[in-house]
Amino acid sequence: MAKKEQDLQQVVEDALAEQKVPHVKFKGIDPRNIDVDRLTKPSKETRQERWGKGLTFLAIILIGVLIVAIIGFVGMHGLATFIDNKVNVFHFLFSTDWNPGAGKNHVGAAAMIVTSFAVTLLAAIIATPFSIAVALFMTEYVSGKRVQILQSFMELLVGIPSVVYGFIGLMVVVPAVRAVFGGTGFGILTATLILFVMVLPTITSLTVDAFKAIPKELRKSSAALGATKWQTIYHVVLRAARSRIMTAIIFGMARAFGEALAVQMAIGNAVLMPYNLVSPAATLTSQLTSQMGNTVMGTLPNNALWSLALLLLIMSLVFNFLVHLIGKKG
Amino acid sequence: MNAKKTNRIAAGVIYFLVGIVILLLIGIIGNILITGVPHLSWHFLSSESSSFKAGGGIRDQLFNSLYLLLLTLLISLPIALGAAIYLAEYAPDNWFTQLIRTTIEILSSLPSIVVGLFGYLLFVVQFGLGFSILAGALALTFFNLPTLTSNIEEAIKGVPQTQREAGWALGLSNWKTIRGIVLPAALPGIITGVILSAGRVFGEAAALIYTAGQSGSTVDYSNWNIFSPTSFLNIMRPAETLAVHIWKVNTEGIIPDVNVVSAGTSALLVIVVIIFNFGARALGNWIYKRLTAAKIK
Repeated sequence: MAKKEQDLQQVVEDALAEQKVPHVKFKGIDPRNIDVDRLTKPSKETRQERWGKGLTFLAIILIGVLIVAIIGFVGMHGLATFIDNKVNVFHFLFSTDWNPGAGKNHVGAAAMIVTSFAVTLLAAIIATPFSIAVALFMTEYVSGKRVQILQSFMELLVGIPSVVYGFIGLMVVVPAVRAVFGGTGFGILTATLILFVMVLPTITSLTVDAFKAIPKELRKSSAALGATKWQTIYHVVLRAARSRIMTAIIFGMARAFGEALAVQMAIGNAVLMPYNLVSPAATLTSQLTSQMGNTVMGTLPNNALWSLALLLLIMSLVFNFLVHLIGKKG
Repeated sequence: MNAKKTNRIAAGVIYFLVGIVILLLIGIIGNILITGVPHLSWHFLSSESSSFKAGGGIRDQLFNSLYLLLLTLLISLPIALGAAIYLAEYAPDNWFTQLIRTTIEILSSLPSIVVGLFGYLLFVVQFGLGFSILAGALALTFFNLPTLTSNIEEAIKGVPQTQREAGWALGLSNWKTIRGIVLPAALPGIITGVILSAGRVFGEAAALIYTAGQSGSTVDYSNWNIFSPTSFLNIMRPAETLAVHIWKVNTEGIIPDVNVVSAGTSALLVIVVIIFNFGARALGNWIYKRLTAAKIK
């Protein structure tokens, strides 16, 4: 301690003695009164800095812990079906016999898995051409006020709660499907049509971003070569934006796959292998929503539902992974 | 077929598809408002819902929705603000930051029903809170955090670097610069982000069905004791929100006027979302004007 302090004192004294700027007076400063503590300890600013950084870092850690907890808890309960109740994983994935109350040989989720993928893929397939058309319209064909109006309408469409979509489905889509195709009106087709509207703004806004990211020079060079607008779009714009359009579609599919209430209200909720598009069916989410309250914690029927939730979680991770993969390649 | 013809056909197809989408948009929003708004009477908004008779209102559901929204924002705003500041100002460019960003992306793409079930598992079952407003608000916080964090981060990143440098030049610590210069400058964007996420929270139902519950208890609006089970402020009582109410009456309800109640409630939800969407930017701009002398770009 003493050594260090003396050294410091020495430095200060030297500095004062050697000062090269004569017009600056150090009258008030006596070398013996220098507060060495203040010079060697962290300043007020450093303490503020540490406090602020620590506080904000805590918030980050909280979010990290949260996601680990979600995966951990859902994973633990979802795996209980296979570990505690000894259900065969392949049976769960590929059998269509869903009656978990009857024992471990009746926990086949294939019907729900197939239905979930069917509504997701169909909704994405219908929505993609519309989304690309709207995005092209907003970036290549018009500009200014009309783009803004369309954009705010799209944002509104994102903001409409999913139960409201479900209710419109019940009021409008179900009777329409019933009138055209017969049957009850509940089923994959109805759910697909609702999901189509729900994923449309998601895919569109991401596709618009993709088109906007393409440099104007590319379009101008194409035009300078004598290409028509459509040739430019087809050969330059769409091609350059290909991987980001894929990302947009995957984001839309992730939203469709995880959507619960709107689908549950429109699909009919019968755990059957769908044999056509207008027969009642059930998705992973719809089954979870309608059955979770009817089972007792810790029993096989309840664990089986947690396995469905785990499957949803895993699919959500897969969609994320795909987006990253495409982002890296593109 | 020559290039000019193809060009015309392509434009025609694009205009046609866009036309369908626009009709769809107008049809959906018009449908909700036209079928719903006539039912939005004062009586509807101010009377209790009924479980089997016609003519019930949505008073409690409306209050629950607002109360849950308020609690959710109270919990999630400080966390999201902290996380956003860290990501925008402090985070070094390394694997850890990358991991955190991926985590937030995963959280934002999780289906809300999974978030709700996690809330059910942790709070309702594990911590023994039961179906309660508190459990619902926490589940909604999880649902809201990633969106809110990235909204706020965008707002903070939008503040010009020169303003930070001015702060450092004055000898302020990084933290003081953030608090005193960056946050006030980012405030309009932050408020816009908060309101936009509030609109999402207000209409969310899947995360609430198994956390805040699907039924309301009797609520007494003159009881201000938050520990009393009948108090409207009690955070341990089960509470059904507007969105959950629509789902409930349509899937399990037995009231004869299901369509009237759902249409009215849907219209109310959509109107609130419209107000939030358009109000968010207007309020953000207004605050910016009040705080600074600058003209709005």
